[in-house]
Amino acid sequence: MSAKNAQAGSSLWRDAWLRMGRNKAAMASLAVFTLMVFLCFVLAWFCKDPNAVTLTNKFAPPSGDHWMGTDALGRDLFSRILYGGQISILVGLVATAVSVCIGVSYGALSGFAGGRIDATMMRVVDTLLSIPFLVVVIVLQAVLSDWSSDTSSWIVTHWKWDKTFTDRLTNIVPLFFALGLFGWLTLARIVRAQVMSLKEREFVEAARALGYNRFRILVRHIIPNTLGPTVVYATLTVPGFIMYEATLSYLGLGVEAPNSSWGILIKEGANFMETHPGLLLIPGIFFSLTLFSLNFLGDGLRDALDVKASKD
Amino acid sequence: MFRFILGRLLQGLLVLLALYTITFFLAKAMPGEPFTTEKNVSETTKQYLRKLYGLEKPLWQQYIIYPSKIISAGDFGVSTSKGRPVNDIISQSFPVSLVLGLGALTFAIGIGVPIGIISAVRRNSWVDWSLMAVAMVGICVPAFTVGPLLQILVAANIPGLKVAGWGSPLDFLLPAFTLGLVSAAYLARLTRGGLLEILSQDFIRTAHSKGLSPTRVILKHALRGGLLPSVAYLGPAFAAMISGSFIVETIFQVPGMGQHFVNAAIARDEFLLMGVALFFGFLIILMNLASDILTGLLDPRVRIGKEAS
Repeated sequence: MSAKNAQAGSSLWRDAWLRMGRNKAAMASLAVFTLMVFLCFVLAWFCKDPNAVTLTNKFAPPSGDHWMGTDALGRDLFSRILYGGQISILVGLVATAVSVCIGVSYGALSGFAGGRIDATMMRVVDTLLSIPFLVVVIVLQAVLSDWSSDTSSWIVTHWKWDKTFTDRLTNIVPLFFALGLFGWLTLARIVRAQVMSLKEREFVEAARALGYNRFRILVRHIIPNTLGPTVVYATLTVPGFIMYEATLSYLGLGVEAPNSSWGILIKEGANFMETHPGLLLIPGIFFSLTLFSLNFLGDGLRDALDVKASKD
Repeated sequence: MFRFILGRLLQGLLVLLALYTITFFLAKAMPGEPFTTEKNVSETTKQYLRKLYGLEKPLWQQYIIYPSKIISAGDFGVSTSKGRPVNDIISQSFPVSLVLGLGALTFAIGIGVPIGIISAVRRNSWVDWSLMAVAMVGICVPAFTVGPLLQILVAANIPGLKVAGWGSPLDFLLPAFTLGLVSAAYLARLTRGGLLEILSQDFIRTAHSKGLSPTRVILKHALRGGLLPSVAYLGPAFAAMISGSFIVETIFQVPGMGQHFVNAAIARDEFLLMGVALFFGFLIILMNLASDILTGLLDPRVRIGKEAS
């Protein structure tokens, strides 16, 4: 039984993979994004210290020592971009994971329960959807970031963690939640619509006839079938979250110094753009290239998996 | 129709209540005191100020007092960080944001829709691919990169355009363009997608076979249905252009509403925060309703009043 299921499942994904292999833009995007992840999460460890200040070497042009030059405090721009990218990509991925967890369970429960429960749950989603997202995230972020500095000092004194690491961690964790807590709404609607149609299908009836309980049917048989639209939507959500993170950081409500993210680097670069445009342009190119590849990847996945929903 | 609008307005009130509740409790949970910005305020002064702003009352009373003042007197309270009524702040900065938003909307429609139409008509050609790549660039390059770039490349070289500031009518061109760019890019994608779906339908083939010119088929027959996704997008997007322009306002130093919101969140100015948030929420609800009504006018098949599930 389970072997047969696995066979059927893998063939759908293999088809999709083959279809996507013919989509040059999507494959190129996949390559670019993989390269970006490799640079930020592997190569970065072999780079210079992104926070090493050398005031005698401000605004150095690119050289063998500093591949992309140095910034206003003489810090190496290349390693700052890679370390900043860690945070930007991490925020995008984790916030998406948070919103996928909430969105899929909420949407699946709502669609599976049906009736009055479903109507109430969807009304809640409608209401939350009409609330200005960025507005609430800004306020939430202001609240959470203060708690995070308290939490950080508590962890350092009580658990004896490394202070730099703890500060870094507690600085970005609120962002995951501020973004993830509001990002799940559209996904919940998509999953619900899927579940509504799936639960009328024969294989669900078969599972019921076999005497499986409702929970098992939902988790083992229905939710896996909603994976296609979820993957597509999640892929398109990541660049959105990276953009939100950059926006918040740009406004001074996201990642704080000495941490850096692409939003911070762009902001710092904008201050010196007239004399040293590279400080704005190079982080901007890294940032846009990542978003570009993720968006094309999402579009490619949508075509490959033949998902119609998720207009966005 | 009337019942539909009434129902949506009632639902809008519910949304506003939810928004108010969320901002109220978040504002209360915000760290620090509202009056710490002023230097060396004595404890008695603080007590007096708290009393003046009604902050010494129990939480549930404060929760009720604020909205009831808005309903009974249209009074959004007094900003604790600026010492001015929130009504003044909103009425001064809203016109600026509105002009900026309208300019951005004009750019968005003027650029996005034609690009989408050309792309759809020349589907899967080099024109289509390059236009869509340009649109994707518009989505992926953030306003805070575009804005500064425009400042050095355009404003510095063209006389009459200032790098930043808000005084002469020309000043709104660059910020409006920056603000409208992302929406233009989304509109181009949505228009293309919407048109492609319509162009494959039978009535378009009929129109062609009647001997109508291709331009007429596109503009008269296909566009009406093809614009539906764009219209649905534009309502909320316009509200976002008016309200969510924090970044553009900061870059070009435009005295709009967005900056007040961010400053209020940083300065723990709860009345300003709640006032501006409620005002934004109201705008968004209104624009959503407007785009729903417009959708109904464009597409008679969309039965207004029947909730889309």
